[in-house]
Amino acid sequence: MSRASIPMSRAQFEERLFGVLRWVVIAFLAVITLAPFYYMLLLSVKPIDALLLDPGRLWVSAQEFTLSTYEEVLKPTSEGGQGFLGMLSNSALASIGAVVLTMLAAIPGSYAVSRLRFFGGRHLSALFLAVYLFPATLLAVPLFVMFARMGLQGSLVGLAIVYIAQTVPVSIYMMRNYFATIPYSIEEAAALDGCSRLQTIRKVVLPLAAPSLMATGLYIFMIAWNEFLFALLFLAATPENWTVSLGLQQLANGIEVSKTVLMAGSVVLTIPVVVLFLAAERLLTEGLTSGADKS
Amino acid sequence: MSLAKQPANTAPDGASSPGDGPGAGGSAPHGPGRKSGLRRRGRPLTRADRENRAGLAFVTPTVVVVGVVVVLPILWTVLLAFQEARLVDIQGMGLLGNWSLDNFRDVFGSPGFWTSLWTTLLYTAGSTLGSIALGLIAALALRKPFRGRGLVRGSMLLPYVAPVVAVAFVWEIALSPQFGIINEWGAKLLGWDEPIAFLSSRSHEVSLLGLHFEVPLALLTVIGFETWRYFPFAFLFLLARLQAVPDGLEEAAKVDGAAPTQRFRHVLLPQLMPVIALLCVLRFIMTFNKFDDVYLLTGGGSGTDVVAVRVYDFLTARFDVGAAAAQALVLAVVLMGLLGLYFTFFGKKVQEDS
Repeated sequence: MSRASIPMSRAQFEERLFGVLRWVVIAFLAVITLAPFYYMLLLSVKPIDALLLDPGRLWVSAQEFTLSTYEEVLKPTSEGGQGFLGMLSNSALASIGAVVLTMLAAIPGSYAVSRLRFFGGRHLSALFLAVYLFPATLLAVPLFVMFARMGLQGSLVGLAIVYIAQTVPVSIYMMRNYFATIPYSIEEAAALDGCSRLQTIRKVVLPLAAPSLMATGLYIFMIAWNEFLFALLFLAATPENWTVSLGLQQLANGIEVSKTVLMAGSVVLTIPVVVLFLAAERLLTEGLTSGADKS
Repeated sequence: MSLAKQPANTAPDGASSPGDGPGAGGSAPHGPGRKSGLRRRGRPLTRADRENRAGLAFVTPTVVVVGVVVVLPILWTVLLAFQEARLVDIQGMGLLGNWSLDNFRDVFGSPGFWTSLWTTLLYTAGSTLGSIALGLIAALALRKPFRGRGLVRGSMLLPYVAPVVAVAFVWEIALSPQFGIINEWGAKLLGWDEPIAFLSSRSHEVSLLGLHFEVPLALLTVIGFETWRYFPFAFLFLLARLQAVPDGLEEAAKVDGAAPTQRFRHVLLPQLMPVIALLCVLRFIMTFNKFDDVYLLTGGGSGTDVVAVRVYDFLTARFDVGAAAAQALVLAVVLMGLLGLYFTFFGKKVQEDS
């Protein structure tokens, strides 16, 4: 115990302080990220009276537990529900459409930008990212008019096309970084074996880039699924095409709907994305940040 | 649309003749025999030529799509900003109507424009700094492995991946003065006298150490939401960079007796600086144009009227397309001005540092 009399050095003191602080921070972060989702889930299985009676309670008792909120949210409007089941399929259609269209548009471009030297190629990738400089609202007006002329307003196809604008730049960025990691020599070997460039891409490069393509596709899906502004602008007048995000917001705006039903809707909206994300977390985080570690 | 079809046609061409570059005029590697009006003096294409053509061919579909859904609309908006345009008559209107600067006069002269711009700046700066600071703290805390780190890491990304509409409503309900859990607990545990309307108080009196001052509560709450929602983004990038810092650097500093704060300041921070700078720029741009979060939480009321929400209001409440376009344009110009300033003053420094 004689060591106690020796004054602690700054390094020792800080080592201990941060050793403790680290756990405090981790606990704090876990609480602020998980608590809102727990709260959402909790409220969605409570009757509204139970919430109003005791707003601060963090659990639900067995006799209170109810799934009627989900029933109300999911049932079609014809049966007095909110029709979220139909909206789920709308969201899925628009999102999958956005994934397919964006990938078709972005794969050749990102390959060219990362691999081929061509006139203007180096400036192009910066140019694609410059798209994000402009507020989405800026794009909304003309797109709205364009689609009205083409008869696409209020349709999911139109929405999927609009989402391309939101997702192409980031997709190119993600895939470009990955293509750059595939060694040239593999492509050269394929070329020596007589593959054309297209064959090389289809048979060699794309299979090798599969993880990145998956990550990019999932990321696009998540962006499209979560998108709200364009859905609001384009679909507000056609309730049968509402996506879940829009439906939920309209539900909250509409005539008295109990908060617990609103939370059930939020859970329905959140679950697909979170499940998808958890299933592919590693893939996604690596796809997004690849390149960030070697700046 | 005729433009969009073009690249689709070139692709099968390239595939049908193996050995060819897929370029529009793709010729066989040793194909001087093939006639081509484009080539001068029958010179065989060099490898670089072919690569150039292939590159252009590959990039064309992407450029066309981006052009149609992004560049054209932006240019159109610029045109609209200089015209009198209402949503009803825009359908039949030609591209070039009557030019005027009325929209800009309206925008700059309308009440609340300058405060709105100032609010946007505060909101953007606050959210950017907040999310990066919290992301950095999180990355430092989760840097070393521990049992359950994967789980914590995964859960920390939830705010970022969850749909904005859903999480905005959770916040709204949790902060509600009537049945929100925050006010309930605040009253119970912290002894709040009366419920606080977080999302609808323009200002709130706070007394700290005997000093009374007003804070823009709704704006702070929205900044808090934005910080919460986007710190995982900063966290991801910073953690990836942190884990790429060679262990030797820190070990050496440790052997020399450097305390953790010193190691962070002199070893880690310089390594992280380029990523932090990049994140600042990215987050600033994204937040500056942000619409959903503020619109869903406060609807732009109570001192949170950022410009993006104003643009939306002009568009949907007044159907004044011209003024909306002008406002969006002003927003974009301000953003580019700020970025220009940033790169003039800091761009060089960051490059030197890295």
